[in-house]
Amino acid sequence: MTDARPLLEVENLEASVAGKPILKGVSLSIRGGEVHALMGPNGSGKSTLSNVLMGHPDYEVTGGAVRLLGEDLLPLAPEERARRGLFLAVQYPVAIPGVTTVQFLKACVEAVRGREATKAAVFLRELRENARLLDLGEPFLNRPINEGFSGGEKKRMEILQMLMLKPRMVVLDETDSGLDIDALKIVARGVQRLIGPEIGVLIITHYERILTHLPPDHVHILVDGRIARSGGPELVRELEERGYDWVREPATAAASEPD
Amino acid sequence: MPSLPNDNRLLRDYEHGFVSAVEEELVPPGLNEEIVRLISRKKNEPDWLLEFRLGALRAWQRKTEPRWALVRYPPIDYQSIRYYAAPKRWTAGEGLDPEIVNTFERLGIPLDERRQLAGVAVDAVFDSVSVATTHQKLLEEHGIVFCSFSEAVQRVPELVRRHLGSVVPPADNFFAALNSAVFSDGSFCYIPPGVKCPVDLSTYFRINAAGTGQFERTLIIADRGSEVSYLEGCTAPMRDENQLHAAVVELVAYEEATIRYSTVQNWYPGDDEGRGGIYNFVTKRGECRGPRSRISWTQVEVGSAITWKYPSCILRGDDSVGEFYSVAFTNRRMQADTGTKMIHIGRRTRSTIVSKGISAGESVNTYRGLVQVLPGAEQARNHSQCDSLLIGNRCSANTFPVVESENRTAIIEHEATTSRISEDQLFYLQSRGVDPETARSLIVNGFCREVFKQLPLEFAVEAVKLLEIKMEGSIG
Ligand SMILES: Nc1ncnc2c1ncn2[C@@H]1O[C@H](COP(=O)(O)OP(=O)(O)OP(=O)(O)O)[C@@H](O)[C@H]1O
Ligand SMILES: [Mg+2]
Repeated sequence: MTDARPLLEVENLEASVAGKPILKGVSLSIRGGEVHALMGPNGSGKSTLSNVLMGHPDYEVTGGAVRLLGEDLLPLAPEERARRGLFLAVQYPVAIPGVTTVQFLKACVEAVRGREATKAAVFLRELRENARLLDLGEPFLNRPINEGFSGGEKKRMEILQMLMLKPRMVVLDETDSGLDIDALKIVARGVQRLIGPEIGVLIITHYERILTHLPPDHVHILVDGRIARSGGPELVRELEERGYDWVREPATAAASEPD
Repeated sequence: MPSLPNDNRLLRDYEHGFVSAVEEELVPPGLNEEIVRLISRKKNEPDWLLEFRLGALRAWQRKTEPRWALVRYPPIDYQSIRYYAAPKRWTAGEGLDPEIVNTFERLGIPLDERRQLAGVAVDAVFDSVSVATTHQKLLEEHGIVFCSFSEAVQRVPELVRRHLGSVVPPADNFFAALNSAVFSDGSFCYIPPGVKCPVDLSTYFRINAAGTGQFERTLIIADRGSEVSYLEGCTAPMRDENQLHAAVVELVAYEEATIRYSTVQNWYPGDDEGRGGIYNFVTKRGECRGPRSRISWTQVEVGSAITWKYPSCILRGDDSVGEFYSVAFTNRRMQADTGTKMIHIGRRTRSTIVSKGISAGESVNTYRGLVQVLPGAEQARNHSQCDSLLIGNRCSANTFPVVESENRTAIIEHEATTSRISEDQLFYLQSRGVDPETARSLIVNGFCREVFKQLPLEFAVEAVKLLEIKMEGSIG
């Protein structure tokens, strides 16, 4: 079910913020149809990676490459990356006072999918359908986006945006954090709706929970700006049992447990 | 017909900047008793009106130009201004100059009977005179008088006489006195008791002639239990010289009457270096004369080199309500000093002030407001919200809210914020595919939402578009 050509390639990526190096050579390759999980301790650089992928101006890329469907992403502005099919569900969604969810989404959908997709009847039907799937009632659509939304509502709103923009490559930065059991299922349902042989997903998370709903093909563990370990789903279990110390000192770990 | 350089960037910015080739009748420049008498004679005015003008002229001559506003401009030579300019062919009998019809057509206001805008009656004012008023028949059926000011003086002299100057006295301030002496034309409107005006009423002001000031006078009277929504739009050609616009608007709302007055002001603001543009010194004031009456001002100010304007409410009737909703956008070298006065006289009078100032370029944007509660205004209430948004770092925003309360039962709340468009908001929108320019205008529109919500729908759509155009290239 996987495509031969990688969807997203990250090669030896180095980046710093405010002059401080955070990413110290990260490599990843994600194909269509694959779900990858990225785990790692607080401050290890997970959000930095997602921001760098999206082109946040605060982060300076000091080395390496990022390609989406073979195209170099680094010279592109964030909006250009979004239009080429990259989507980032951010860890901390931003409120825009006075701009309703409908207005916001209309502007985004028009920018990414073109004017056709925002024709009143079609657009609203699609929006309502997706909102229903995510259990977001009509009032949310007419409220200023993210203003006064609860943590869980904001996360569902990110998924709504994802569904409306129909991206190829999705990065979910801790979308599962702070969600109750039902909301987690709803978010997973939203992502499942999008997933297909063409779509790549990178789930950044601290918890096994979301991965039971969205089982990953590959798991990576980021420690201090480097991928300390990559493997299959079994890595998640091990991590739950042994904690990050186990990956922090790979040399010791390898010495005591040769296999 | 228009003689403008094609490569001028402003053209995109100010699409109303064309000049019409209309033959005009002009009075010589200068201001004195002779000129005032001449204007009055041209309009065939009754003696009491001439006396009103002459009294105002004398008051004006004693006054000095106010200097307290945060606006700077070279001294205005009042003797070099022409106080009257009228197209030669404008009366219905002679047939309207086709060039005038054309002008309004280009501005999106068809004067032709069959193609008139639905849902809104328009009084079209070209320089000093009202050239056409649409939807007359429908209005007459409801007993509504909506015509040019000059016509009202002939048709309903008593109504005019009783109300003219009753809200803005001729000697109120320097610019009001000037207007009272030389006002040329404007709109008059009377809504009889209990009538809910079936269409929006609108005046469209167009300055065309060079070296001319525009001094229109508007008077709206809403009798007991009546209701009216009034829209005002304005544009002017692009000229290198500054042109003076000193209007007076008076509103009177009797018992349980409601007047909603909306303005989209898009006078020519001048070029990048601050050359040219309209000086807009306007006195707008409404009186809630009867109990439970309501006056609501909504203004979207995006033009003029200088704006000096404080639409106000005198809340005389018990339980009357005054509202002021304002968006003021300044760019380049524009200067706006605008706000409102809410004078609480009656018991349980309420007022709301929502002011949104957006400054870009090297502009100066000032909110100036007064909430005054007189001793008899038991349980008066006011809520003010003044927000400023800065774009770039060469502009400035100021807020001067003054509260004078002489009644302890009054409740007055004031909130103010100053902010910039946040990088987080911009990145968030960009990461959703929206380019920074569209993102900024979306954020600014959101900032203005509370005010735009007050406008009639088509006007709101217009305002949003206008602001978008004005914002283009405002990020240096
Ligand atoms: N804009 C910024 N300015 C200054 N420091 C930053 C900025 N963004 C990230 N950092 C720093 O970079 C390091 C990595 O942060 P990052 O947010 O990528 O971690 P994370 O792995 O996502 O952590 P968490 O699991 O807590 O979300 C941290 O030390 C953080 O303080
Ligand atoms: Mg993070």
